Amino acid sequence: MKNNLLVSGSPHIHKPESIARIMWTVVLSLVPAGIAGVIIFGLSALWVTLLAVLAAVSTEFVFGLLTKKKITILDGSAVITGILLAFNLPSNVPLWLPVVGAVFSIAIGKQVFGGLGQNIFNPALVGRVFLMASWPKYMTTFVKPFSIDAVTSATPLAALKEGKIIEHLSYLDLFLGKHGGCIGEVCILALLIGAAILLIKGYISWHIPVTYIFTTALFTYIFGAKTLFAGDWLFHILSGGLILGAFFMATDYVATPLTAQGQLIFGVGCGLLTAIIRLWGGYPEGVAYAILMMNGATPFIDRYTKNRIYGTK
Amino acid sequence: MVRLAENKHFTEDVESVKAPIPARVYLPLIQHLGKICNPIVKIGDVVTLGQKIAEIDAHVSSPIHASIAGKVVAIQDWPHPVLGRAKAIVIEGDTEINLPSFQLKNHQEIDLLSLEQLRKIVFAAGIVGLGGASFPTHIKLNPPQPLNILIINGAECEPYLTADARLMVEKTDQIAQGILLVARCLGVKDIYIGIEDNKPLAIEAFKKFPEFKVKVLKSDYPQGGEKQLIQNILGKEIGRGKLPFDLGVLVQNVATIYAIYEAVYRSKPLIERLVTVTGSCLEHPKNLWVRLGTPIKNLIEFCAPLKEAPAKIIIGGPMMGIAQYTDEVPIIKSSGGLLLFNKKEAQLLEEDPCIRCAACVRGCPVGLMPCQINLAAEKSLWNLTKDYGASDCIECGICNYVCPSNRRLLQTIKQAKLEGVK
Ligand code: SF4
Ligand code: SF4
Repeated sequence: MKNNLLVSGSPHIHKPESIARIMWTVVLSLVPAGIAGVIIFGLSALWVTLLAVLAAVSTEFVFGLLTKKKITILDGSAVITGILLAFNLPSNVPLWLPVVGAVFSIAIGKQVFGGLGQNIFNPALVGRVFLMASWPKYMTTFVKPFSIDAVTSATPLAALKEGKIIEHLSYLDLFLGKHGGCIGEVCILALLIGAAILLIKGYISWHIPVTYIFTTALFTYIFGAKTLFAGDWLFHILSGGLILGAFFMATDYVATPLTAQGQLIFGVGCGLLTAIIRLWGGYPEGVAYAILMMNGATPFIDRYTKNRIYGTK
Repeated sequence: MVRLAENKHFTEDVESVKAPIPARVYLPLIQHLGKICNPIVKIGDVVTLGQKIAEIDAHVSSPIHASIAGKVVAIQDWPHPVLGRAKAIVIEGDTEINLPSFQLKNHQEIDLLSLEQLRKIVFAAGIVGLGGASFPTHIKLNPPQPLNILIINGAECEPYLTADARLMVEKTDQIAQGILLVARCLGVKDIYIGIEDNKPLAIEAFKKFPEFKVKVLKSDYPQGGEKQLIQNILGKEIGRGKLPFDLGVLVQNVATIYAIYEAVYRSKPLIERLVTVTGSCLEHPKNLWVRLGTPIKNLIEFCAPLKEAPAKIIIGGPMMGIAQYTDEVPIIKSSGGLLLFNKKEAQLLEEDPCIRCAACVRGCPVGLMPCQINLAAEKSLWNLTKDYGASDCIECGICNYVCPSNRRLLQTIKQAKLEGVK
């Protein structure tokens, strides 16, 4: 028994937890929304998603080779980026678009900052904004749900912006995702199932999603109509990318504050910015920009929201 | 605070037994926080059981006693469970020597003891905090201001360890007498006993005494940390840089109280303690009464056969204990547990980058941001680590435990603490 004893600092036990375990659980939590997307928009939604994932993982792999760092494709984080990017795209985009977007997400959104844990912005959203700026037409043409011949349709938010009323769209339709939109954002039911998994596992906390959604609802309720306090807040919660963003993108560990207090500020900030862009901005939807702006503010929030240390005021 | 896998089932219902008396004991000259003792015996001297063999004329120190009767055969460098190596007195046992019987003393005499007298007995018996801190107990019995609350720490929040739990069940009356004695001498009326809810027998045992307020604590780690215990029992925090004294509070571990009982009621110095010897490698894990200075290999043999060769040996608990490089190392006053981990349990996990999941932030019982201190420490930004409050870390290890990236947070925070006082 001599000399072969392992000596290391305490603690000597570790929680059965790892990056891969967390990330693959997140992937799992996104599956219901993906299935819903395919049911609603057809197989093209599946191809877009698979291509985005493949491109994201390949890019991660190539960067791993180039920088001679540990190859991290198995930890699931690039898979998440691919899925989230695809979920932010219409289902009828040309198939090179998700590939370009995913390469951009991983290369510019993640690896130039130094890889996992180093990115300042959510990589998937960086990719989405890049595609939006470069090919706005593809990014804003949506198909009608359950249509075989790809009839285009406006998203509810875009229709609202243009002052049109969308007929026959009940809250239930919005909740189930029977309307035009991006692949992964439309079915609120499926998203909530995924969110529940993450909340129960403790992988995300309520702070950001709840404050985010609540702030958007409150703000659109107050200012969302011609008279004050008459806005259709429920419509704003159920349409666009708010639910997808609040639970799956605004909770990205790397680019969000560390303390509960900081996360509350982050959530409120996202909510305000989303509502402002939706109501008065140039775009019908504001989730992506709102989250990216708050990602940028995260280092400052972190600096001013340290936890109170035991025994201090 | 976090909930840990307890793994106390190995030994929690195993009645304590005496470990065989070793042929040789190795008694380090330092087994406490404070000044190292000087030997007061020479090689060749015959010593009786409980005879004082080392001391130093310093306030923060504690004398050492012979834990077996026999002959001093060496005073030499020897493995030390905390310090790596230290000078130790080696005694070879001799069964011919008459043993003192440590008879019960007259109660009336004890009922008249003053705090001053109690303190003298405690000091002379070499008693230190047996919960792991090993701070000399006589100093804690010398409060700078009157105290009004005595808290007995029976939390034993470290996984695997069951020695305190067994002690509370098997020596309930003795501990109760010890508590009442200390409380009487200090003039304290309010007595709390904090016990985690995973020890129902101990809770029941102490509920019999109307003098004590038994506080049932959640089995969360680090419930037994002095600061956390005070917070969870009294709802008060000790101010930064302050002591429990400043709140009029004294905290004592149950094993320390038992040692005080033995010193006062039976004139027995601290020469043995209860140690949980456990781990998946052992066929027969046990709670053992061990003479101080017993090499751990004797204890491992006694709990044999081994199911697997241990890959890591830890003295203390799995969260705060210290990994040992040899099985020659002896049990000392602060060693409450001996843990044998197999290869799989001992495996070191590879470190990944921080993903800012904030698990460490949520887990830290003192409200630090371990990930931030770690990043600053890796860049040697010692002013920043100070700003982040590294010096307030109680070294509980939770941050390391929860980190999905297996980052060695505590290691760098410890370094930051050292740099902070430079
Ligand atoms: S637990 Fe580990 S990965 Fe998570 S924030 Fe702390 S150091 Fe980073
Ligand atoms: S920083 Fe210190 S006190 Fe906080 S969890 Fe880590 S070891 Fe415990």
